[in-house]
Amino acid sequence: MLDLLLPSLLNGVLTGGVYVLLALGLTLIYGVLHIVNFAHGSLLMVAMFGAWLLATQAGIDPYYALPLMIAAMFAFGWLLYAGVIGRVSRGEDRSILLATLGVSIVLDNLALVLFTGDTRTIETPYSFDMVDLGVVSVPTAKLISFGFALALAAVLWAFMMLTDTGRAIRAVAREPDGARLVGIRPQRMFALAYGIGVACLGAAACLLLPSFYVSPGVGNVFVLLAFTIVVLGGMGSFAGAVVGGLLIGVTDSVGGLYLGESLGAICVPLVFIAVLLLKPTGLFGARA
Amino acid sequence: MSVGPTRRMIVAAGAATLAMPAILRAQPAAVKVGLIHPVTGALAYGGQLCRLGGQTAIEDINAAGGIKSMGGAKLDALLGDAQGRPDIGASLVDQMSEQGAAGFTGCFASPIALAATQAAAKYNLPFCIDSGLADSITARGLKNVFRLFPTASAITTDAMAALDAINKKAGSPAKTAIIVHEDGEFGTGTAKLLGAKLETIGIRLIETIPHATPTRDFSNIVLRIKAAKPDLVIPSDYNNEYVLLARTLVQQKVDLASIFSVAGGGFNLRFAKEQPTIAENIIDFNHWYNPRSPRAATFRKRFEDKGTVFSWELLFGYFAMRFLADAMERAGSADKEKVVEALSTSTFNDDLLTYGPTKIVDGQNQNAHATALQIQQGDIHVVYPEQYSDATVVFPRPKA
Amino acid sequence: MRYALPAALVVLALVPFALDSQFLVNLAMLTAVSAALGQAWNIAGGFGGLTSFGHAAFFGFGAYGAAILQTRYGVNPWLGLPLGALLGAVVGALVGWASFRAGLRGSYFALATLAIAEAFRILANSIDFTRAGLGILVPLRVDPANFQFADRRAPYALALALVALSVAVASWMTRSRFGAQLVAVRENEDAARALGVKVLRTKVLALSISGSLTALGGVLYTQTYLYIDPNIAFGLERSVEMLLVAMIGGAGTVLGPVLGAIVLHLVADTSRTLINMPGFAPMLYGVVLLLIVGFLPGGIARLRRA
Repeated sequence: MLDLLLPSLLNGVLTGGVYVLLALGLTLIYGVLHIVNFAHGSLLMVAMFGAWLLATQAGIDPYYALPLMIAAMFAFGWLLYAGVIGRVSRGEDRSILLATLGVSIVLDNLALVLFTGDTRTIETPYSFDMVDLGVVSVPTAKLISFGFALALAAVLWAFMMLTDTGRAIRAVAREPDGARLVGIRPQRMFALAYGIGVACLGAAACLLLPSFYVSPGVGNVFVLLAFTIVVLGGMGSFAGAVVGGLLIGVTDSVGGLYLGESLGAICVPLVFIAVLLLKPTGLFGARA
Repeated sequence: MSVGPTRRMIVAAGAATLAMPAILRAQPAAVKVGLIHPVTGALAYGGQLCRLGGQTAIEDINAAGGIKSMGGAKLDALLGDAQGRPDIGASLVDQMSEQGAAGFTGCFASPIALAATQAAAKYNLPFCIDSGLADSITARGLKNVFRLFPTASAITTDAMAALDAINKKAGSPAKTAIIVHEDGEFGTGTAKLLGAKLETIGIRLIETIPHATPTRDFSNIVLRIKAAKPDLVIPSDYNNEYVLLARTLVQQKVDLASIFSVAGGGFNLRFAKEQPTIAENIIDFNHWYNPRSPRAATFRKRFEDKGTVFSWELLFGYFAMRFLADAMERAGSADKEKVVEALSTSTFNDDLLTYGPTKIVDGQNQNAHATALQIQQGDIHVVYPEQYSDATVVFPRPKA
Repeated sequence: MRYALPAALVVLALVPFALDSQFLVNLAMLTAVSAALGQAWNIAGGFGGLTSFGHAAFFGFGAYGAAILQTRYGVNPWLGLPLGALLGAVVGALVGWASFRAGLRGSYFALATLAIAEAFRILANSIDFTRAGLGILVPLRVDPANFQFADRRAPYALALALVALSVAVASWMTRSRFGAQLVAVRENEDAARALGVKVLRTKVLALSISGSLTALGGVLYTQTYLYIDPNIAFGLERSVEMLLVAMIGGAGTVLGPVLGAIVLHLVADTSRTLINMPGFAPMLYGVVLLLIVGFLPGGIARLRRA
């Protein structure tokens, strides 16, 4: 087992990179809207079908489709909030939660109507490219998504901290009434934040597709994990999402190695529960 | 002289009515059959295919003149979505029996089948299982439940015999194996049976690796496999994990004599076409149409014309319905007692199946045997047993 | 007028007994179980504001408890009811004690319960004691003494009894000192504490009662369908359904969950019967959910006050 520990750690870190991508959008949405976006998994599924359609119908490689999917998912998220979630929920927390749940039910089943329950995959020229890291060789695609996840986290952080729009979003997140007084329209900022959060999924989908699969249920494969990462890192914190994602990747991987891949899956919820009980604000969370 | 109609006149009139062809008599009432499958939720993929198989069988039966012994009565499908929930499956049985269902086929997954067959037992309505391999479905003594297809234990016994024959013929290159299975009812059950039988065919089981559903990353498992250097990897998985495992095995360049799965969830034509590199030469022990049947090509095309990729679930759905309809044909009635009786003495036989005549004992067909299939150049071929094969097995697979 | 709606509901509940339709009885049964579970959730989630996303944990303990007791230890399944209720109460108290002591509330409590249920699902899926992924099949032996009935009306009556029990508890919440204290804690914990309410104890007790009622639903499930596996018992879908029933009907009201269950089942079952296209019916269900959230915030039960 010991000889597998190092490769397993490394695998965990790299797989965690993909998880970071999914958690970034979720943590942004939580940080601004203070709600658990239940539709996150379903929106990832939508993005993956988008990337898959581009790959199979238009012959566009997922990596080239990346900017397109980011833009498309931003627009989709923005419209979804402005047209459905924000309107239906009138900004009430509990209603937003129910609204995102409703959206997720609709999207999952719409995908079932359109695409049936089939599992779909693509094979790309680089599907089997590997990089030898000494202790283990890893798929190139995984390294790329790892690097991209870190870069995206940095970009999001810079956007929120350094741009006027980012400051406006943060202002609304903290003091909606005060922000309104200085002329910021909260609902607009909420829609914008939701759009950006969903746009992250567009990137995640393109990076995930070459090494994963798509089906109407694919969102559920990741959604619990993304919640765990966001809470572990501290809801609303980008640094938290990165560290949390990598930690969960490692936990999942090493847990599977020592407890078996069946029982090992219990490590993620256990770590999650432990963090909540011992430090509920998460590693980087500012407030409960 | 009597005034009223004579006895002879009445008899004559009766005979005339009997002799009158269908033109004058009203079309016989359609026979309703219930199809219960999970067509939404986590099991939607297989459920939809089983349903489509059943619907296609009904189309074929009706196009060929319906149930002839019942004056050409047509079959009428009642469709139900069990959503992957046994309680809803059971509720559908109640609903359909009140709508007049004379029998059922279903349910793709064993847990739903267990609940639904039990509900149908209250009415003694015949229930023909399509997919759903758990032995307990037919082994728990319900008189109304019939399965044309083999149990999980029968499949694994046959699979091991096939593996043994293929291996011996190639000079026994496979001496060790690792079983990888999903930790649910299907994978765990199959793995247990396989583990017990491998030794008997001279293959040493190095390890059994269960994994959760979903498993997002197979790197650890594959590294363990690579370190243990088995000749065979035997997966028993659902669709998604099957693809991920096979892909990671190729990525990590694990040197195997073969991948031999049993009822592998991901082994299908879509996989063969979308992942040509990974899929080539994988062997699965599973159901397929008999390629040597003269009707094989038209049968497959029948489904391809409906815009679906041919798959074993379709076969299950199709023949479960054929099996039920055949019993109604023999019984000459849709009466449940008679159909149940006809099913238990059924000798149903179709050369599209690799079975021979049916022999039912306690609801279970004793003559059901699956085949070894192999993906070769993007298509699926039967490679064992000889009498049904349309390609020669590639075993061990060529070195990369 | 005050009693018109409750009276109508009682009459509606009794109708299936008069009908010779197993299907309608079964439909009523599914609705009643939903209502009872939704109400159980409502005791903690509605009156106490303890928004749990993991009530399947309690359901699962009831369901597995009943199944294991009879298959492994040969205990008469009727004993599963009190034992299941006890199990649910203990697990509820433990979960509550651990999470409220750590100060979890709102989304954090929701996610903690979700993770707890998931941990139990994985555990049940991998250890031999629960027969792992194989699930437990309760041997078929129809006999009222064995808690198995040929006629669906018997379990339906039991489900109705469970609804009655949970509604009674909910109604007690609106009149009792304990209920008032719980609502005070929900509205403002600090103020409640200042008034001398033992906050932790109140919340733990609420979750314990809720867990106990939920576990009873699990026992009933096992005895009706005789098969249980980790996903059926501990799956997220169960938790979400309980929460939806209560929230759509009206969280923190006595009749809300009952109305919520009726409306949701009406929508789900009618649409399933009318349109047979995979995915279409559940999609409609999602749309109805959005409409109710949009036009009836606070749930259906609040309509009465408007």
